[in-house]
Amino acid sequence: MTDEPLLRVSALSKFYGSRVGCEDVTFDLWPGEVLAVVGESGSGKTTLLNCLSTRLLPSSGTASYRMRDRQFRELYRMSEAERRFLMRTDWGFVHQNPADGLRMTVSAGANVGERLMAVGDRHYGKIRATAVDWLSRVEIDEDRIDDEPRAFSGGMRQRLQIARNLVTGPRLVFMDEPTGGLDVSVQARLLDLLRGLVTDLGLAAIVVTHDLAVARLLSQRMMVMKDGRVVESGLTDRVLDDPRAPYTQLLVSSILQV
Amino acid sequence: MTAQPTDIATYNFAYLDEQTKRMIRRAILKGIAIPGYQVPFASREMPMPYGWGTGGVQVTASIIGPDDVLKVIDQGADDTTNAVSIRAFFKKVANVAVTTETAKATIIQTRHRIPEHPLSAGQVLVYQVPIPEPLRFLEPRETETRKMHALEEYGLIHVKLYEDIAKHGRIATTYAYPVKVEGRYVMDPSPTPKFDNPKMHRSPALQLFGAGREKRIYALPPFTDVVSLDFEDHPFEVQTFDQPCALCAAENVYLDEVILDDHGGHMFVCSDTDHCEKRREQGHRGHLAPEIPLALEKTEPAQ
Repeated sequence: MTDEPLLRVSALSKFYGSRVGCEDVTFDLWPGEVLAVVGESGSGKTTLLNCLSTRLLPSSGTASYRMRDRQFRELYRMSEAERRFLMRTDWGFVHQNPADGLRMTVSAGANVGERLMAVGDRHYGKIRATAVDWLSRVEIDEDRIDDEPRAFSGGMRQRLQIARNLVTGPRLVFMDEPTGGLDVSVQARLLDLLRGLVTDLGLAAIVVTHDLAVARLLSQRMMVMKDGRVVESGLTDRVLDDPRAPYTQLLVSSILQV
Repeated sequence: MTAQPTDIATYNFAYLDEQTKRMIRRAILKGIAIPGYQVPFASREMPMPYGWGTGGVQVTASIIGPDDVLKVIDQGADDTTNAVSIRAFFKKVANVAVTTETAKATIIQTRHRIPEHPLSAGQVLVYQVPIPEPLRFLEPRETETRKMHALEEYGLIHVKLYEDIAKHGRIATTYAYPVKVEGRYVMDPSPTPKFDNPKMHRSPALQLFGAGREKRIYALPPFTDVVSLDFEDHPFEVQTFDQPCALCAAENVYLDEVILDDHGGHMFVCSDTDHCEKRREQGHRGHLAPEIPLALEKTEPAQ
């Protein structure tokens, strides 16, 4: 790890009129670190994620990102062109519903290759070879490369979405409930895959989830949100094993024991 | 534009009122200033259904003057319903001379072809465009496609070409083949066969595109760079035909298949009827050409 964070977030707030989306969120994210944001639905997790990924503009506060040239840039002062460029090169966004992050009517190979073509790759053979490589890394058979994601199962779609996001070698990936809606055995394999990729590629990630088990498996650090505010943050194991805030204690004790 | 001495006082010259023509001319000028950029304009109801060339007719009506000579083609032919009707329309409402000869025309309105005879400086080619947005079938949101044009985000257009190669082993798009204009805007050349794409590149003629239903005008000023998109290992190629025109024996022209009987008989003939007739007048004969040359309609002067 380097001695400078990748992302600095300071006093970030988002209001929808008089309602609070998220309020006064401050944290640093370091290269290679996975941060989980947990909390019940309506606690502001997704609002926070959308603000950080510049899909929403916050009402106040700042977030600066360390670009590849090591200079910090204020995200909300960048032009839209720069933000969108960042979004398709240095960042990834994995949606809960793969249909939101994939082009459902073009083949799996084109889904993976789109980012490459967007940054100027114009050699069909190379694009296809990269797509084949990435499909195998996310455990999709090579002979499915020309199939549309519509013909894929939920778990395959989610893995394809991950491949599509990682193909340009991003440094920061946002994930919104990446395992939501999948059955537990598929979830387990996806988590295993994600954990491997994150470690191998040295990715930093911000994972929004309501599933504490996902947070425990994937993340090193976590933030617990309630009513738009961060009520507790710390190392994942510490927060889950020794929750201090009353709400976190409630959350941890609500996990169903099988 | 001064009023013409004519007995059809119910119409303004060239059908459209002068305010509308000014509005359309402003859109055309903006389009010429930004080659390949789709300029929105307040498309009017025309006395014909959408899809029959309402955009092209509005552009032609806005630029035509009493001294112009108009040619109208539909898929290369001067004698199909759409071409005959639009030619008759302007003969009636603008009282201009009309012709079928490419070289004599000052304005050529076209549906889906560029004439085989090379265009020259001073000529204007007006295209009828059904769907001006090259990204439309990949990205349905207009807000998003406009943003993509503005930010020059054109990865998606190559996704379409990638899909072609993945499915067919080659780029199978044969018409409305996307082009990049002056290294900036990706443009739909209207559903012309890709055979005609090279003719757009650095053409000495002014090329105007009108989409009536979609309310967009775009333009290529003379000598504009128009490059067909492709991959390094799958370069752009035009269609080739393995036999010459059955009537005039022309090679390296775009051919239409014509069914002759219900026993599978067919022939390939020039899609550009004027080009084919000219060649037959010069004595070229294909293997299915009739013995007696046709009496052909030529230029009709204004009354």
